[in-house]
Amino acid sequence: METPNLNYINELSGDNEEFKAKLIGILKRELPLEVDTYYEKLEKNELLRVAEAVHKLKHKVSILGLEKSYYIASDYEDNLKNSSLTLQDEFQNILKDMQEFVIQL
Amino acid sequence: MNCIIIDDEEMARAILAQFIANFTDIEVLADFSSPIDAIKYLNQNPVDLIFLDIHMPNFSGFDFIQTIKNPPNVILVTSDRNFAIEAFEYKCIVDYLVKPITESRFLKAIQKLDGLKLPSQNAVKLDVESKSNNFYINVDRRLIKIDFQSVNVIEAKGDYIHIKTETKNYVVHSTLKKIEDKLPTDIFLKVHRSFIINIKKIIDIEDNSVLISKDVIPVSRSNRAELLNRINIL
Repeated sequence: METPNLNYINELSGDNEEFKAKLIGILKRELPLEVDTYYEKLEKNELLRVAEAVHKLKHKVSILGLEKSYYIASDYEDNLKNSSLTLQDEFQNILKDMQEFVIQL
Repeated sequence: MNCIIIDDEEMARAILAQFIANFTDIEVLADFSSPIDAIKYLNQNPVDLIFLDIHMPNFSGFDFIQTIKNPPNVILVTSDRNFAIEAFEYKCIVDYLVKPITESRFLKAIQKLDGLKLPSQNAVKLDVESKSNNFYINVDRRLIKIDFQSVNVIEAKGDYIHIKTETKNYVVHSTLKKIEDKLPTDIFLKVHRSFIINIKKIIDIEDNSVLISKDVIPVSRSNRAELLNRINIL
């Protein structure tokens, strides 16, 4: 099972610790907001808005090196656009892993 | 070369800005989380290149491109691979970067700009393309699309214009002159200093007024001849 990592951020930052800290800061600030938006739209059953939220979260999924999860998120986004919640649990488990990882950074 | 970045995600803007910082001849003038704010900026500032996200709330990157007149070079940045074909239907789109962007892929996109003519002195304005059938108005920070055909009358009232369509009325902070320049002349005619009408919506003309829907619109003497010229009289 894949786990969140900072490989992409490390590759982007190189020796630039200041930039790395900036990206992690943004991640810690932006991820919870995007996750909140996702659940808020889900609660209202606004599935196209939920799909938008998933789309936005996909970038964070890939930034945290979750290659397989990215495809799950993409498929879930497509499902939502077709009014289906298939893969909801899988995607929400990914979110949980990401949040637990980011909170420890 | 100068550029702006438009992406509702802060992380994406930060990563792009960092890549761009490696190029001494590209200056980031500004970055925007909202395409609407970017349009306001483009109305005042010439820009050579836009890094543009496709998926933004209520307003896609493609909507954005269609809204601005003479768009400069655009590099699309998106998490979605599915729009590549649509993207290259737009002449202004130079490349299509899929997130997460790598430095080598970013470099290739910049290299594509070499040899392209930069439209640096052309200010980009909120506008309608002459070929399009609609225009956008800014209402409470939302850009609302209005089909030309649906507009009945546009009336100037102080610093605002009232746009009356078949289904709804809108109040926009603008001038009659500004909107007149953007309207197709084959459909619209200024009949009075405060009124532009859709001539296809005229029900009848009587003396110095026209009836459109339930509104009686005054026609000034100087515009009457042009109005009569434009309609098909038996």
